[in-house]
Amino acid sequence: MKKRLLTVLSFILLSAVIITGCGLNRDAEGNTTAKRVTLINVSYDPTRELYEAYNSYFEKKWKKETGQTVEVIQSHGGSGKQALEVANGLKADVVTLALAADTNSVARSGLIASDWQSRLPDNSCPYYSTIVLLVRKGNPKNIKDWDDLTRSDVSVVTPNPKTSGGARWNYLAAYAYALKKYDNDESFAIEFMRKLYRNVSVLDSGARASTTSFTENGQGDVLICWENEAYLTLQNDGKDYELIYPSVSIKAETPVSVVDSVVKSHGTRKVAEAYLKDLYEKEAQEICAKNYYRPSDTAVLKEHSKQFPTDLEMVTIDDFGGWDKVTKKHFADGGIFDQIYE
Amino acid sequence: MEQKKNDGILKWVLIIIAAFFLFIMVIMPLGMVVAGSFAMGFKYYIASITDKYTLKALSLTLRATIASVICTSVFGLMAAWAVTRYSFPGKKIIKSIIDIPVTISPVICGMIFLLLFGRQGFIYPLLDKVGIDVIFAVPGIIIVTVFVTLPMVFREIVPVLEARGTEEEEAAAMMGASGWTIFTKITFPSIKWPFIYGMILSASRAMGEFGAVSVISGHLRGLTNTLPLHVEILFNEFNTTEAFAVASILVMLSIALLILRLVLQYVSKRKISRMQKATA
Repeated sequence: MKKRLLTVLSFILLSAVIITGCGLNRDAEGNTTAKRVTLINVSYDPTRELYEAYNSYFEKKWKKETGQTVEVIQSHGGSGKQALEVANGLKADVVTLALAADTNSVARSGLIASDWQSRLPDNSCPYYSTIVLLVRKGNPKNIKDWDDLTRSDVSVVTPNPKTSGGARWNYLAAYAYALKKYDNDESFAIEFMRKLYRNVSVLDSGARASTTSFTENGQGDVLICWENEAYLTLQNDGKDYELIYPSVSIKAETPVSVVDSVVKSHGTRKVAEAYLKDLYEKEAQEICAKNYYRPSDTAVLKEHSKQFPTDLEMVTIDDFGGWDKVTKKHFADGGIFDQIYE
Repeated sequence: MEQKKNDGILKWVLIIIAAFFLFIMVIMPLGMVVAGSFAMGFKYYIASITDKYTLKALSLTLRATIASVICTSVFGLMAAWAVTRYSFPGKKIIKSIIDIPVTISPVICGMIFLLLFGRQGFIYPLLDKVGIDVIFAVPGIIIVTVFVTLPMVFREIVPVLEARGTEEEEAAAMMGASGWTIFTKITFPSIKWPFIYGMILSASRAMGEFGAVSVISGHLRGLTNTLPLHVEILFNEFNTTEAFAVASILVMLSIALLILRLVLQYVSKRKISRMQKATA
């Protein structure tokens, strides 16, 4: 009897030591000093190829600098859905989402400090993109600009702005054109959008799903998509499609941030911050450009000006008054999108 | 004679329709999987199915499947015993509640557990303090897989137990057999085949589960991706060949289970006919 009690006691003691032992491998700032560390990067759909390349670059670099082995685990999906999962308890050390509004929604759930976007240069955007049009080879429907998307003989593929970050950029790029065309008359611009969305044949939940609908399933005459996604499609089957730059587009800022409460509990703040900061380095900027993201470093961008025409007129989200205002006006329940798409 | 001829035509028309339907709905898609997975050659196929992330996904799927089979067996036996051998108030309600996991949409299952264990749930602060991750981690995947397969064994053995009644067990008890002896010598032999069949059903369901797991996984590559989720990710990455190759692993696992089922059916039939001969 006594012996059994002793075993139980020693077991409890042992597990207590193990549990607290985990907490002991920390330096003065609470960073883990373990030999191996994992970093979870929750991102949106089209960044798969970018982070595959960047992660192996960073893992090598970090090993060389600190001796610590870091393994970056990726999760990809629709930006809004990913933000919701992080807010619901997905333990992401860093979030690299498609738009600041989604990072803001994570911040509002109390996981990220509210000043997150000012912690890194360029609004915390080491890379950005823009919105372009992808048409079938030879451009059979003669699509040149946003105007052509409202023609009754054109069928459009774009994801649902309620669930997809990319879709919101698509919507806003077209809206920017409409405002310009009608001299900032909103009622005309909304009518333009109504016509455009009447032509949408497939409204997928995410950007990647839309690309698949357009390419693999042959839906629609034109795909509204990220510039990087368009280039990736051209890289895979360049002979089947053509990229069209519209006269006006939007600077699609895709900010990154550490998730404060998660890096605190994982003890990964140092490595997570380095992971994001190194994205601004020249070599990483080259990786961004190679994966068709516009690098924030203007020198690197210029080197790739053949790929990224710099004369494209781009509005920014600030021209619309920021994400909070835009979300409420256009994408909230009963907002303009709900009114035009029934 | 006339009548017989008509029968023959009808027979063949029905067979051809069924075979045609089977070809379109089963053989052709399965053929596509095989053709698709070898589209870039045998070497590429081997490389795809031995990829680090594929193996990790396979391991997670197998772990979840084993956990499901164990849970559904133990739970199924106990619950079936309880509802067929005892009478108590609310028995009928319990019997229908047990069916909920298979009748409810898997996505809803996932959402239930998301709300229960997620940050909005009331259990989350407790789990967080102890440092246990359930949601968007391996335990969550295993829990939802167990949930959707839970009633599989129960559903198979309850009808058999009900049809048999309790006379033999009562007789054995009166002759002084212990509970364990009654179970191993009388009850279990009669439910052995439905029991094993239930296990196979739950294994195949657990391996293919997508909806519930998708909600709760977080899609962490190499960590919480099961094989079906991995196939979807590869497909979304435009790696169609690799996606088909990984899908072929799932097909092979299902075929293995199917063969196992056929063998078991054959063995059980032979046993039964031998028993019938012995009694006759």
